[in-house]
Amino acid sequence: MKDIIEHKEHHLHLDNILSEGTKNGLPKIVLAGNPNVGKSLFFNYLSGTYVDVSNFPGTTVSITKALYKNSEVYDTPGVYGVSSFNDEEKVARDIILEADIVINIVNALHLERDLFLTLQLIDMGKKISVFLNFNDELKKRKILIDPKKLSELLGVPVYEASAVKKMGFEKLDEAIADAKVGIQPDALHHVLHETLNRVGSQAEALLIIEGDEIIAERHSVPCGSGDEREIIYIERRNRVNEIVSTVEREDSSRGLFFNALGKYSLNPVTGIPILLVMLTVLYFFIGDFVSQRVVNFTEKTIGKKYFEYYLKSYVANYTPSEISVIIKDEEDPAKRLRVYSFKENLNEDQKVKQEFKHVSRDENAVVDFKFSNLIAKLLFGEFGIISMTITYLLFLLLPLVAAFYFAMALMEDSGYLPRLATMLDRMMNRIGLNGRAVIPIMLGFGCVTMATITTRLLGSEREKTIATAILMYVIPCSAQLAVIAVLLSGAGFLPILIYVSVIFSTLVVISTTLNKFLPGQSTPLLIDLPIMRLPKLDNAFKKTFFRTYGFMKEASVWFFVGALFVGLLDVTGLLVLFQDILAPITTHWLKLPKEAATAFVMGVVRRDFGAAGLFGLHLMPMQITVALITITLFVPCIAAFIIMIKERGMKEGLIIWFSAWIFAFLIGGIVAQIII
Amino acid sequence: MGSKTLDKIKKGTYFTIEKLPSGIVKVQLIRLGLSEGDTIFCLERLPGGTIIVQKNRQEIAIGFELAKLISVRIKII
Ligand SMILES: Nc1nc2c(ncn2[C@@H]2O[C@H](COP(=O)(O)OP(=O)(O)O)[C@@H](O)[C@H]2O)c(=O)[nH]1
Ligand SMILES: [Mg+2]
Repeated sequence: MKDIIEHKEHHLHLDNILSEGTKNGLPKIVLAGNPNVGKSLFFNYLSGTYVDVSNFPGTTVSITKALYKNSEVYDTPGVYGVSSFNDEEKVARDIILEADIVINIVNALHLERDLFLTLQLIDMGKKISVFLNFNDELKKRKILIDPKKLSELLGVPVYEASAVKKMGFEKLDEAIADAKVGIQPDALHHVLHETLNRVGSQAEALLIIEGDEIIAERHSVPCGSGDEREIIYIERRNRVNEIVSTVEREDSSRGLFFNALGKYSLNPVTGIPILLVMLTVLYFFIGDFVSQRVVNFTEKTIGKKYFEYYLKSYVANYTPSEISVIIKDEEDPAKRLRVYSFKENLNEDQKVKQEFKHVSRDENAVVDFKFSNLIAKLLFGEFGIISMTITYLLFLLLPLVAAFYFAMALMEDSGYLPRLATMLDRMMNRIGLNGRAVIPIMLGFGCVTMATITTRLLGSEREKTIATAILMYVIPCSAQLAVIAVLLSGAGFLPILIYVSVIFSTLVVISTTLNKFLPGQSTPLLIDLPIMRLPKLDNAFKKTFFRTYGFMKEASVWFFVGALFVGLLDVTGLLVLFQDILAPITTHWLKLPKEAATAFVMGVVRRDFGAAGLFGLHLMPMQITVALITITLFVPCIAAFIIMIKERGMKEGLIIWFSAWIFAFLIGGIVAQIII
Repeated sequence: MGSKTLDKIKKGTYFTIEKLPSGIVKVQLIRLGLSEGDTIFCLERLPGGTIIVQKNRQEIAIGFELAKLISVRIKII
């Protein structure tokens, strides 16, 4: 998360980085290529650091920079050509313009598509080397490409590579040293001549002729017309097709299992069952296995029984406490509840202490510590900054967030997501989006903040607004989802059904309304489908590790801030005051205990933190349903709010934020009136 | 055979692109490898009209609204 925000900063201050780079005079090596060709794997190798490797377009919306030997290396968002049709392209364009050497990664399975960019880079007069990646898949499919011949035709070095197998990386030094300006068509100079004289850089002259208004403006020269661009593009397309037909030969096109799966996942008859199977597996993995079994063990046993128990009884050695022990024992009701009161500390009466120790270690004991000292209460009490936060973070959130990212990583890597986008395209059209919006929305289930940034890959402002609104109102992030999953799966089938249908209908109503009233037009789907294949486990693990780590690092801070905030409200009595003020709404309208208001206060800081506040309340199943609906529709966390303001502007951001308050209480209340 | 628009093409047919809509979308299509005169295969037609076409090994999904703007001619092989 934080990294992404940082990348965004890079993006915003790209000019700064660029001029900085020139100042220190290090040569700039830029990795460029279409989406999903393996740029990030090359970058990881060169930089020795990690950037996300994904099998769906739009993951690298930002620039990452690293040092390699005596130069700077840049990873770029994948683009099909250098131009300014969207934000990703603008980012990539600027960095490519500044490049001294471009390492062009090409997916050898899709030469026809990828060489278009290659030829454009050559026409720009850049020094380049080409890597034909995906060599392993090429062999599997018995496709032959002649790299020597290709190198001759392009006039630049061409190497074979298979980034996942770490093959071809050893050629990088040579590729950097030998990068060349390729063979340009004779007619090009004639076309560029005049503009070139005025702007002095062939790359920029080409982009201006191709109709890039921004570059034209920078040099205050007239920009090329759409017709000129079309002529150049068609000519370039023809050159690509010619080259491909010369260098490539296919021996057989035997069907591969995963090819077939790719096909079936698109056919409606088989695609919908495949989707349902995926969702079911996902449910059993995250909803049942992790959020019930694993979390039960980590949270209840490790967290509450060991960690909090030992921590708090240690603290009780030094400060007054009142400890209640509840033993769930059907046969002997008399044994059920005991309260131990230590006026000084645990050691004032060794006998009582021994008895307490003995009783509280019973297998069925639930131990509750109350500290009267304010500091002790703030740090170790019910909302203790240390006790509660650590249990939630490590023993509840961590397993769930990791499970979510792991499932997501497998889906991304398999190439399933773009097919899902295609399958759902028509449905998304109804709410003013196209299938591509599936990606930010799915990511939203991981982290709404991160997902809000990726709404940039959508084609128009209205689509960005609709997707952002959906993310802010209805999509619970993985942390919140974690709490929701645990509470809901404990509540039973009907609550799950009600919760899902209410949230889903809200989504439909809000987005169709926006679609109806927002001006402008949404863009239709146009997306290329990567090959379907078995996800690489090591990549999935690595990705899970880094994303979970990043998320936890970012989330932890807010958790502690939130706990401190609520803790202070608690010890100063403001929490009760707030609860009293909200009481009419909480108790009459939402039909929840008035303490549930705490969850809303905390929810402003972090969504999941709000949901977590519902844990200790002992709610009935239907109350859980209402509380969760309200908290899901409630405002996003502070981080998401800030990013939303940055992406969508102050006015739109505030409208969305305040209306979330209204929706949450309105819809939550209506549901409460009906079901409780 | 007369010309049609892409949204009317049946699954499993080969067709030639006659005219792409002008503007940025045309340029995007050309970059992905679809240009006027190309012969393309219709791999799938989803309910609602999203079309998946295949050119060589590249599969490309095209939304209904865009498909309506692409004129094609069915090819008889
Ligand atoms: N089979 C195979 N898969 C590859 C190869 N290179 C990259 N990939 C996969 O292609 C996807 C995209 O890789 P990534 O580095 O994120 O590409 P980027 O979008 O260009 O940065 C990932 O799922 C990689 O595992 C390769 O040589 N062979
Ligand atoms: Mg990448």
